[in-house]
This record gives sequence, structure tokens and C-alpha cells, in this order.
Amino acid sequence: MTFFDVFSLIISVLILVIAFLAINAKKLIHSVIYLSALSMLAVVAFILMKAPDVAITEAVIGSGLVTALFIFVLLSIKRRDAK
Amino acid sequence: MKKFFGLIVAFAFGLMIILALRNMSGFPAYGDVNLAERISGSYFQSAIAELVGSANIVTSVVLGFRAFDTLGEVTVLFVSSLGVALILDFKHKKRMELAFKPNFMLKTASYILVSIILVVSFYMILHGHLSPGGGFPGGAMIASSVLLLYLADDQFRSKIQGFKILESAAGSLIVVIGLVGLVIGTAYFENFLNTGVIGNLLSAGIIPIIYVLIGLKVGSEIASVIDQFLTEEEKS
Repeated sequence: MTFFDVFSLIISVLILVIAFLAINAKKLIHSVIYLSALSMLAVVAFILMKAPDVAITEAVIGSGLVTALFIFVLLSIKRRDAK
Repeated sequence: MKKFFGLIVAFAFGLMIILALRNMSGFPAYGDVNLAERISGSYFQSAIAELVGSANIVTSVVLGFRAFDTLGEVTVLFVSSLGVALILDFKHKKRMELAFKPNFMLKTASYILVSIILVVSFYMILHGHLSPGGGFPGGAMIASSVLLLYLADDQFRSKIQGFKILESAAGSLIVVIGLVGLVIGTAYFENFLNTGVIGNLLSAGIIPIIYVLIGLKVGSEIASVIDQFLTEEEKS
């Protein structure tokens, strides 16, 4: 087993663990943060699979735009609850 | 008058397309095409770089051989932003208030960050034919910088009218460039400019031009969708 194989195995296991945590998190904001971390690990996995174009798109959309949008939605939901 | 003008434009386009496609070797009759020659694998073997001139092979497929698909993707995004505007657009709108008050440090730091994000996104769009990236991720980065400004500054409101003008101008220019390829060359979105030296910034013919237009269009579309989401109707 080369170093490359070990590294990809670690990344894959981490992706699975973080996906499980994102589903089972008690607070919604933690779930969003786990989703962002999962996107970041997916970027590493895409680069390991030699697909840099897909990796850039995943980094921008998955861990940038979608996370920010989710956080904004959570903030406005809290504002409605406070009233 | 407007309808009459539209009829004339539609007839002119139809006549132009029929005249360009008739008696043409590149457009065989129905059923005469050998489909095995038109799958991506043979493109990779026959024409790597000389035909398209793009150093990035993904871009050469996306905008060189499959430019019509890309036009469809851009149209899908346009229709979705149109749907959001149809449901959420009101006359008098105000910004949605945030639950927290952003302080001075956050505001200043985010303005610095936004400038860096914009520079990186324009770099990515301009170098779409040389390195990974291109119009779609670059446009999404422009939109995410607008979203960051919304999140960090509670007074910020983007100029939605300018985004609309930019978006429609870029979308029309993409279609017009495709039609110019149809008139000068043999196919829609044909690369009619000189492809130049592979690896230079000004190479690959029309691909960088279309990628810049796609980047501006995607960025302004997603930014206007974000603006629709984050504003609400003013209660009078």
C-alpha cells in the first residue's frame, strides 16, 4: 500500500464519519458546519482523483455559497422566533 | 408594432439558419450520421489541441465541442432566476434585518476580503482556457462575494437593476457570437477566430470571450437571486 492509497483511505473514512455527524447533530448550525467540512474533504478527494475543475466548482458552490446561504436562513429563522 | 418587429426578427433568424444549413457538408441528412464518430473519445484522439487551441482539455470539451450544451446550462440558470423573480419581486422592498449587529471590525475586514475574492474570481474567469476553473465557478465566486457583503454589512443593498442589464447583455452576446460562427463558418458556436499559440492568455479564439460572458452572466444571475431572497416587502 502506497502513501497515496493510505491518504485516500483516510479521506474516505473521514467523509463517511462527517456525513454521519452532519445527519445526527443536535443543533442545526452544527449540521451546517459539518456539511461545509464534508464539502472541503470532497474537494481533497476530487483533487486526488485528478479532477481539478470539479474540485474548484465544489469548493465554490458546496463549501462557499451553500453554507453561507444556510447560515443566512438559520439567522432569519431565529429572528422570526424571537418575535 | 412591437409584435410586428418581433415577427420580422423571428423570420430573419429562421431564414438565416435555413440558408446557413442548406447544402452543407457538415450537416448530413436525417439518418445518415454514424454516431460512433460523434462520441467524446474520438474527439480526444483526433483533435487534442490544434482544433480548439485550449490548454485545458475540460474547457475544450465544454466550450469547443459541446458549446450548445453549455448554452443550455446557462439557459437553465436563467429560467431559475426568472422563476425566483416572478415569485418574489415586489415594488417596494427593504432589506431583511439580521438577528445580530455586525461590528466595525467585521465590516472592514469583509470589504477587504471581498476585493480579494473578486480579484481571484476574475483571474479564474480570464484563465478558464488555460487552468482549472472558468466561467461557472468564477461567476459563483462573484455571487458569493455579494452574499458576504449582505452578511457582514447590515446597510448593504446591491444595485439589482445593473445586474439585470449586465445579465441580459451577456446572454444576448453569447447567442450572437454563436450565430456569427454559423454565418462565417459551418456550425453554431464554431471557433471563427485564430486559435493562436497554445498556452498564451490570448489564444483559443472565441473560448475566452464566451467564458468571460458566461462568468458575468452566472455571477449577476446568482447575485440577483440572492438579492431576491434577502429582501422582503415593505409593510406600509
